[in-house]
Amino acid sequence: MYLKRTNPTLYYLQRVGFYALVVVITLYLLIPFLWAVLTSFRKAGDLFLQPLAFATAPSTLGNYIDVFANPNFRLGLLYSLITAVGAVAIALLFGSFAAYALGRFKFRGKSAVLYIVLAVSVFPQIAVLGGLYTLINSLGLYNTPSGLILAYLIFTIPFTVWVLTSFVRDLPGELEEAALVDGASPLQTLFLVLFPVMMPALVTTGLLAFINAWNEYLFALTFTSTRRTVPVVIANYSGATQFDQPWGQIMAASIVVTIPLIILVLVFQRNIVSGLTAGAVKG
Amino acid sequence: MTTTVPTNKAVKQRGIEATRARQAVWLLIPTMIAIILVAGYPLYRTIFFSLFEANLTSPDQKTFLGLGNFWFTTDEGVALGFLQDPKWWGAVTNTLLFTVVSVFLETVFGMIIALVVNSAFPGRAFLRTAMLVPWAIPTVVSAQMWSYMYNDSFGLIGRGLLGGTALLANPSTSIWAMIAVDVWKTTSFMALLILAGLQSLPSDMYEAADMDGASKGRQFWQMTLPLLRPALLVALVFRSLDALRVFDIMSVMVGNVSAARLSMTAYARQALIDNQLLGMGSAVSIAIFIIIMVIVVVYVTAFRVKFD
Repeated sequence: MYLKRTNPTLYYLQRVGFYALVVVITLYLLIPFLWAVLTSFRKAGDLFLQPLAFATAPSTLGNYIDVFANPNFRLGLLYSLITAVGAVAIALLFGSFAAYALGRFKFRGKSAVLYIVLAVSVFPQIAVLGGLYTLINSLGLYNTPSGLILAYLIFTIPFTVWVLTSFVRDLPGELEEAALVDGASPLQTLFLVLFPVMMPALVTTGLLAFINAWNEYLFALTFTSTRRTVPVVIANYSGATQFDQPWGQIMAASIVVTIPLIILVLVFQRNIVSGLTAGAVKG
Repeated sequence: MTTTVPTNKAVKQRGIEATRARQAVWLLIPTMIAIILVAGYPLYRTIFFSLFEANLTSPDQKTFLGLGNFWFTTDEGVALGFLQDPKWWGAVTNTLLFTVVSVFLETVFGMIIALVVNSAFPGRAFLRTAMLVPWAIPTVVSAQMWSYMYNDSFGLIGRGLLGGTALLANPSTSIWAMIAVDVWKTTSFMALLILAGLQSLPSDMYEAADMDGASKGRQFWQMTLPLLRPALLVALVFRSLDALRVFDIMSVMVGNVSAARLSMTAYARQALIDNQLLGMGSAVSIAIFIIIMVIVVVYVTAFRVKFD
């Protein structure tokens, strides 16, 4: 502010520099995505055009129509939805029980449980890949959404337990004491008293866990052969021949998978940032 | 009479505490069963099979090898242990390179972006929202988007900037191309965490520093950075662990066979699933597990990271 009076040239140079930086950052963050959106609306033949001609070429919905006509993609969306919702529902249910116990009860071995949960959340998935593969096979769950739901618990449960525990710990104790005095059981207290207050935390945690499950690739690639989730479908999207990469369709499929996530993230922006910092900074 | 009242109360209190402890155990049971089922038992199986020669399709027909999967030379002098495989060491080197470079760049860029978003200017809300976009995009999708941009006959980068160079076809350039993807995708995550840290810093301290005439640069190095240290370190640990287990970017962009030269996880998966070598694959998995655990311990003790 003083600089504006004492040295206006330097002040305006700094301002220009700052805004140049803002523009560079925005372009860097958004161009790859916007280019993918643009490509998804272009005909296959137009991909050869120079960037300017490409950008102004006529738009078409053809890629989206082709993508939705592809049964693998449609089923992929369905399987992704089933597995992600299933894994998140189980994790939220089990996770809130555990978080209630860890955040509100005193008992021996509590910190041991917390450390186990933390240790599992830094587990490299590959360390259990072989063991899980044989387990899923022997349970007859290979190539089923249930098998993937089971596998996804390895990252959804520790995450929900950890984030919800830090939330439950910060809740005022009076709520629960009142329920205790009225003779409510722990499950009654949890469902009738704490759940309503925990709603924002449950939504945030559930959303972040859902995003992780929706994006998962290694387990989905390994534990299914035909009932592929959508990331695996997109990774293996192929055209009529092996050498033909239908980029327009791949980009359309990518946008279809990404748009719901972007909308969710933008709607729940504030919760996401607080949930991410709770989840990442505390474990 | 009055002395008996507190004793009664204490007994009752202890009774309540014992009940509460029992209830806590019940509440924890579903989670503990799930963790044992999907983490504990599979990890035990992986350790177990790392000592055997076994095929993935018939795990019961196995022969005990001891540490032979790790290091084994036949009488004819053929080296069979994966620690004797130069491809494994290539994957280790490349994964470490990938981790160090991408986490370093993400931290630097994340810091720059967080500092920009933390200062007041028109359009700040928009930039804050734009930051969330790369993070919200699934990794597989970003890998495909960038493969397209790197493509030598269609891509903005491959054709436009580099005039038809196939970056991904060459192992020495593909690792850098994939570092760029990881940096693009997760810089915003780093920036979000750093931004949250920045916003918790007391503003009156900066006013005092301004009054004393400390330059912005000095304020950054001597106040902001030391105060951000705890948050920054935890973010670094989690980003490094993520980068060390990288798989999807490489598998999607260069295919599973080439990825096995670049990423430890892809190398293990190739042995385990593509080649069906349950014993060998498990041994590699255990090696990765050990490497990652050692790095966690080093981080936690060297920087005294606290998770509470």
